[in-house]
Amino acid sequence: MNGAVQRTAAIALRQYYLMRGSFSRVLPIFAWVAIDMVLWGYMTRYLNAITAAGFDFVPALLGAVLLWDFFIRVMQGVTMAFFEDVWSRNFLNLFTTPLTITEYVGGLVFTSIATSVVGLAAMLSLASTVFGLSMLSYGTMTLPFLLVLFLFGIALGVAGVALVLRFGPAAEWFIWPIPAMISPFAGVFYPISTLPGWMQTVAQGLPLAAVFENLRAMVAGKEPSMPALLWSGCLAGLYVLAAVWSFRHVYRHAVRTGVIARYSAETAS
Amino acid sequence: MSHVLSVTQLRKNYGDTVAVDGVSFQVGRNEIVGLLGPNGAGKTTTINMILGVLEPTAGDIRIEGLDAATHRARAMERTNFAAVYAPLPGNLTVFQNLRIFGLLYGVPNLAERIETLIAHFDLEPFRRVKCGLLSSGEQTRVGLAKALLNRPVLLLLDEPTASLDPATARDVRRKIRSFAADGSGGVLWTSHNMYEVEEVCDRVLFLSHGKILLEGDPKTLPRDHGKKTLEDLFVAVAREPLTLGAA
Repeated sequence: MNGAVQRTAAIALRQYYLMRGSFSRVLPIFAWVAIDMVLWGYMTRYLNAITAAGFDFVPALLGAVLLWDFFIRVMQGVTMAFFEDVWSRNFLNLFTTPLTITEYVGGLVFTSIATSVVGLAAMLSLASTVFGLSMLSYGTMTLPFLLVLFLFGIALGVAGVALVLRFGPAAEWFIWPIPAMISPFAGVFYPISTLPGWMQTVAQGLPLAAVFENLRAMVAGKEPSMPALLWSGCLAGLYVLAAVWSFRHVYRHAVRTGVIARYSAETAS
Repeated sequence: MSHVLSVTQLRKNYGDTVAVDGVSFQVGRNEIVGLLGPNGAGKTTTINMILGVLEPTAGDIRIEGLDAATHRARAMERTNFAAVYAPLPGNLTVFQNLRIFGLLYGVPNLAERIETLIAHFDLEPFRRVKCGLLSSGEQTRVGLAKALLNRPVLLLLDEPTASLDPATARDVRRKIRSFAADGSGGVLWTSHNMYEVEEVCDRVLFLSHGKILLEGDPKTLPRDHGKKTLEDLFVAVAREPLTLGAA
């Protein structure tokens, strides 16, 4: 096996070992998304019951929640894997090996792919069996949505861990509210046109809005806008590059100041 | 003697504070070099710079001839370390930790190497035990097993016997001596136990205020500076570095 691939796999293997032996690590992969599916599943049934026939809230709302939860899972897949190294004070051991930053981030991303795919499968099976939501009926059109959400989730996850690496373990609490902070701009539950002008401008700068706007268009029987999705894919890719650059920059700063060697102290000064 | 480690004019500043001040030394093959000095002398800072987790302000570090700044990954493939302040993750078993670090170091025939080290450090009863559940002595042995996984040419040990009982410490010293004597590696060892240093090290470097103050054979160095024991010399370095530096 190529050395870089082997080291990337080692980072992911560490997460597999941790999850294999820990019910409390495996449960959250399913639990929160299942709760969301149940909550929003019954909400959409209720809305379908009290509103005029003709509009199905299940794909519009439950589908949007499913995609939003997938995005959060991807982001947290990266951050949780990183936090395992923070909590076990493992940086000194890890970064004194031949491991490079790209390989380390690659290992976090690989872990995120595995956990978010499991979470997605759990959401899809629950949403389809209990509430009749069939994302598969939209065929390959859902793939661009998932790809954009995956890329942006990775970007936010890597940017988040860069923030924690820069400001120390206590900065962990900056990470958890990030999805809630950007959700008003993402247009998960409403069209972006509902927002005031300045919020629409912010929304245009995020790749998320195009996904949910096009999901609603698709549910309404219209064709999704491929140029808009392509643009949001490119935007998400740029965010990934910017996040990886930020992490590398923060890591170099941590090596220069000695924070990596004394991470639990949060500062070397 | 060819050098496994060559440090030239190494310096580290934190703002106006000079932690390491133009340190130069070498570690040869089959040699155990003791890096001694009072707390805050710059020992761990020097080790962190050699390990690539702290960027020097100036100076040059070569591991088996490789510039550690420009060939970091290749230099680290040849290096390993153990320190009491860097235990392996306590939430993984002994075997899992050795497997992961074996993969990170690119150890060939990893399964076989792990079995050899588990036997060598008497870790068989703990193979499936999480490292966090082990005693400090057992954790030290796991840390040393990890440090020898890649058969390093440069082994850095920062107070490896701190917190060990005398019997376990003696066993650890024997194993490290055998590593240096039998293989092709060299060891840089820090310790505050001067009896241990005298027993193990071929050469010692006394560091004070970031500078190497004295260097020599730990068996003859105290006499050369009018002290009875290495511990007396250590105390003198800690209390009167300027007097000794002038001598």
